[in-house]
Amino acid sequence: MQMNGAQAILESLKRENVDLVFGYPGGAVLDLYDAVYQARFPHILTRHEQGAVHAADGYARATGKVGVVFATSGPGATNLITGIATANMDSVPLVCFTGQVTNPLIGKDSFQEADIVGITTPITKHNYLVKKASELPRVIKEAFFIARTGRPGPVVIDIAKDVFTTMLDYEYPQKVKLRGYKGDFTGDEGQIRDVVEALGEAKRPVFFIGGGVTLSDQTEVMREIVKNTGIPVVSSLMGLGCIPAKQDGFLGMVGMHGSYAANMAVQKSDLLIGIGVRFDDRVTGKIDAFAPNAKIVHFEVDKAEINKNIFSHYPVIGDLRWSLPIFNEQLQGSGEDYLNRFAKWHKQVVDMDRECPFSYKTNDKVIMPQQLIDTVSSMVDENTIVVTDVGQHQMWAAQFFNSRNPRQFITSGGLGTMGYGLPAALGAKLGCPDKKVVLFTGDGSVMMNCQEMSTAADNNIDIKVVLLHNRVLGMVTQWQRMFYGKRYSQTLLGGKTDYVKLAQAMGMEACRIEKPQELEASLEKALNVKGPMLIDVMLPSNEDVLPMVAPGAQLDNMVLGGAEA
Amino acid sequence: MKKYILAVLVDNKPGVLTHVSGLISRRAFNIESISAGYTEDEDVTRINIEVSVEDDRELEQVVNQLGKLIDVIKIVNLGLVDSIVRELVLLKVRATKGSLADIRNIVDIFRGNIVDVSPENVVIELTGSQSKINAICEMLEDFEIIEIARTGAIALSRGPIPIKNM
Repeated sequence: MQMNGAQAILESLKRENVDLVFGYPGGAVLDLYDAVYQARFPHILTRHEQGAVHAADGYARATGKVGVVFATSGPGATNLITGIATANMDSVPLVCFTGQVTNPLIGKDSFQEADIVGITTPITKHNYLVKKASELPRVIKEAFFIARTGRPGPVVIDIAKDVFTTMLDYEYPQKVKLRGYKGDFTGDEGQIRDVVEALGEAKRPVFFIGGGVTLSDQTEVMREIVKNTGIPVVSSLMGLGCIPAKQDGFLGMVGMHGSYAANMAVQKSDLLIGIGVRFDDRVTGKIDAFAPNAKIVHFEVDKAEINKNIFSHYPVIGDLRWSLPIFNEQLQGSGEDYLNRFAKWHKQVVDMDRECPFSYKTNDKVIMPQQLIDTVSSMVDENTIVVTDVGQHQMWAAQFFNSRNPRQFITSGGLGTMGYGLPAALGAKLGCPDKKVVLFTGDGSVMMNCQEMSTAADNNIDIKVVLLHNRVLGMVTQWQRMFYGKRYSQTLLGGKTDYVKLAQAMGMEACRIEKPQELEASLEKALNVKGPMLIDVMLPSNEDVLPMVAPGAQLDNMVLGGAEA
Repeated sequence: MKKYILAVLVDNKPGVLTHVSGLISRRAFNIESISAGYTEDEDVTRINIEVSVEDDRELEQVVNQLGKLIDVIKIVNLGLVDSIVRELVLLKVRATKGSLADIRNIVDIFRGNIVDVSPENVVIELTGSQSKINAICEMLEDFEIIEIARTGAIALSRGPIPIKNM
């Protein structure tokens, strides 16, 4: 079939079942956008390329599909960098198409030229520069395959402008032929048997689950394993929702702002079973003192994660889609009564959790941030998708929102990208139109991509933006309070910005809540408005996220807080 | 620090060297030398990387991280199998009528070749292990070495099996 490069891209997207693209036009992609126009290809115009890539990321996390982005050359492409790095750190499948200057102009420092393959190499799973139209079908086929298989990640396809208009004889390949990448990650069953054997010796095992469980859609199997063994579970930020937050034996998030019980359980455990995690420094604290009595088990698709941050005694290398069902079977076939064996340990950690839960004190003068999250959590149904930005509000959302399902707690974990939340929420809503989407953001974070309120309004994307408004860059002020003698260097926002007016100016509805007495009624009303809505909630400036493990300290060395402090 | 030579087979495609060098810089691996060239298979390039690592865990990281690159087909640590390691050096050395004979003697002892002569200098070609190359450089310092070009180490395992079948 004869067509030009631009048409070939859209045709390939159809073959990959892409139903929506996020992007922003420009000189180098005019021909691609002309094809979008003619084909009426579904496309969301964001107000900044960074918005487009975060939206595609939110879409991908919420749906499990590959997010697709279009951007132009030079500044259009460099504006994607933060979003690509965000997706890379959290293993989110994206395919980003960027325009490049025409073939003869490449390397001449031409207008709007940037070496995107060079720039994105360290933050992508793979990338391509396409200089010949005939390569497009193969490259796109490979890009989607690479993005979604194994440990997912972003792939960039940089395309010289003249490729879009060059005719080619289009045929979409059936199969991917890559000599160095098979996309099939089954491993050695013997490694799983070793884990089952180790569990036979263990007295205080703990499951430490992460984003990999969600990415591989193994929540059901994981839940069954937990139910059948009674082994306590802690989670990384990325693993929230895999096990319902209020389930007995689920101790919540572990690490710097993890729960007392989660951190203590890890430190006391004699077998820590990591599943789809990468032992990030925000989880481990002082690595030499992390889980000091435990043998480490590591279920992981990416071989390079094994022994990267921590030595694992029992690695299980392979896709969780392969390993977890076998692990489940072997546990059931072992004849062990795990529930009974670990009952005492289970009770011990659950008691710890009851004695020292995440907590806070309310008063009748100001709304407490934790109270706000708690109240929203109690008002929305279990299928609600929560998206966060980055900072204190993110940690409070992780601690207090009752996450009950996977792919419903969407947050920039690894890179910690302020400005991620608003566009990601738009993407999540477009991917899951039947689910309610609530964004928790801060007055620092929301400003970093506030232009996307306009995208929400113009496309009537029904998200509820809950703004935790404390007039400071909260997490940084917390560190300055704790470690820098309360020297609030460049972290106090002036407080002059009227976020209600800002949202309204962008075309969204908005309201403000200031008093604890009006919190419930006003929230109830605002959350049920049809269409995009910003809820500006005024909060005190000096609240800390607790518990906290100081950076570099060991996990059981926590500053506690909440109602008891 | 321990040194190993990794033989890395990669797709012969544009951008591959960017990916390999980008990874090395991002992960802050210590590289002593790197060289690349065509192989018996026209679609495959062989990159020879000499790495310095603190311990086995760091070595494992280098190999596993490189292995993640989509265009990397195969990695073999030739430091762990019986293999032949060579490096080629070209040396431009100041030479006068008076010193030429002495230089030739040294070159002969090291089994090198003088491949170019001009009134003021000679160019010497020598292959060998790194210690041999270091030794001749030391000997020739008395005559003034004007310029050095070294390829970095390349290696091949002994026996009939190519690394792609290892």
